[in-house]
Amino acid sequence: MDKKILMKGTDALGEAAIRAGCTCYFGYPITPQNEVPEYMSRRMQEVGGVFLQGESEIASINMVLGAAASGMRAMTSSSSPGISLKQEGLSFMAALELPAVIININRGGPGLGNIAPSQGDYYQATRGGGHGDYRMPVYAPASVQELYDITMKSFDVADLYRTPVMILGDGMMGQIVEPIYLNERPKVEIPPKDYILDGAEGRPSRIIKSLILDPAEMEEHNWKLKRKYDLMSHELPQWEEFMTDDAKLTIIAYGTAARIAKGAVKRVRSEGLKVGLLRPITLWPFPEEAIRSLAKKTKLFLVFEMSTGQMLDDVRLAVQGRAPCEFYGRPGGVVPIPQEIARIIERYWLQKEL
Amino acid sequence: MKTIYTRPKSLKPVPNHYCPGCGHSIIHRLVCEVVDEMDIRGKIICIPPAGCAVLAYNYFDFDACESAHGRGCAVATGIKRAQPDKLIFTYQGDGDMAAIGTAETLHAANRGEKITSIFVNNAVYGMTGGQMAPTTMLGQKTTTSPYGRRNEVEGYPLKITELIATLPGAAYVTRTSLADPAKIRETKKAIRKAFEVQMAGTGYSLVEILSPCPTNWKMSPREAFVYLEEKMEKEYPIGVMKDNTTKKDK
Repeated sequence: MDKKILMKGTDALGEAAIRAGCTCYFGYPITPQNEVPEYMSRRMQEVGGVFLQGESEIASINMVLGAAASGMRAMTSSSSPGISLKQEGLSFMAALELPAVIININRGGPGLGNIAPSQGDYYQATRGGGHGDYRMPVYAPASVQELYDITMKSFDVADLYRTPVMILGDGMMGQIVEPIYLNERPKVEIPPKDYILDGAEGRPSRIIKSLILDPAEMEEHNWKLKRKYDLMSHELPQWEEFMTDDAKLTIIAYGTAARIAKGAVKRVRSEGLKVGLLRPITLWPFPEEAIRSLAKKTKLFLVFEMSTGQMLDDVRLAVQGRAPCEFYGRPGGVVPIPQEIARIIERYWLQKEL
Repeated sequence: MKTIYTRPKSLKPVPNHYCPGCGHSIIHRLVCEVVDEMDIRGKIICIPPAGCAVLAYNYFDFDACESAHGRGCAVATGIKRAQPDKLIFTYQGDGDMAAIGTAETLHAANRGEKITSIFVNNAVYGMTGGQMAPTTMLGQKTTTSPYGRRNEVEGYPLKITELIATLPGAAYVTRTSLADPAKIRETKKAIRKAFEVQMAGTGYSLVEILSPCPTNWKMSPREAFVYLEEKMEKEYPIGVMKDNTTKKDK
């Protein structure tokens, strides 16, 4: 489409899912993402898909599991406390190698917390979250357009690698309204789904299961999953660099924090400070090689998160001590303005005599 | 010579892992006989539980999808909504159905999901070694109610089937027993009826089956069948609790 339209983040991701061929949505209300189930309840009726409000997040993710086992493109959405409840289902879907898209519109926590934008769920999202030895691709969009495009792409990634995929947006990403293009779905060839359950008519019966009682066999399943994760680590990392070429100080931030950081970079650039921004778009797999190669030219990394510092661990692992990493965080749902980040940058610039 | 008994085609010719005297193998055979007689192998999908019957998929020769403990009715809902023309049933134990999965079970029934639950009630947690179940009877000793279940400490046995019978979304709700051959035949009829109700699209159908667990009841199989009839059927009376199939044509 060539015309831009104004869209709210939650609606954009819902529309992208529909246009990506998602035919089954299951979810449970929780702020700040209620507009997703509301949008899906309207649109699924129009396109002849399935919308069902589950009795809980636990039920909803298991309904998604059933729809995925049926070969459908399925999605659920929630926010932090609800995502905690979905972890059992996510572990099962990773083990069963069932594709689906899970949206987390991250709010302030821990506990009930609040409904303001936060990035406190980074660990939960990128470390598996549920029990067992598994990983899951995690995308962190930073604009409504990117949220739309990534939602569409996530369904392909889920099908190509047979994995649940998480989109980690904070409350700001869900609520913001921006002009976007309703881009067409990219052409991606999806292999035939020879694992689905549709009744064993004229074929041997199929089993979808994760119970593997023999440890040696279970180990083999774990290594098989690991080979898939290695492939994803190689093929999926995505990031954006902004004015990093000559940057002496490089900020690493994702999602809403990256938007704020970009504003700060522009501000300090106008004062002549050579500062850049690297924004991970995939949080798992983490763009560690991109960060490591920046460590050759930048003198200081400044990690900025709307948390007490979680991605910081991944940045340090990527940098491997080749450059110092400092951290600035605003947890709990506080959204700082670019001037605040600019002041932090200026402070480090002077302190470290960059 | 006249054949009076053969293994159902949809029951795989493999030895099963169930204990001597366990009811699961009987129920498996009944399900498979019904599947063969109704000729629905090509459209039926089973959701086995966490519990002894998780391995049901090793014996049923039709499609099966494992579910996490208690989530059977939610997984079944997802499959049925995605494929309304298929026949979906959950196979669940008492803990799965009426403790950890109570919410999923009640809400699926209340939505009138066109699925069937085969609920095997043996009043103990079998696979984990005989702990107290939601359906453990007052006075019954288990490894986690060693003094016998006391209502003031462990609460009362939960009669989820009676609860479900009160829900408008439930179309056919019955309780049967494996205590003798006549009751086993009744159980088979109930399973068939539950599948027919689902195919007619009338609503949720549930067959609770009282079933012996000699190992965890610490009895011989023979004693267990007596206990089943004398104790369990007293606490859990058998019979049809709801049948609204006649209303459908109105």
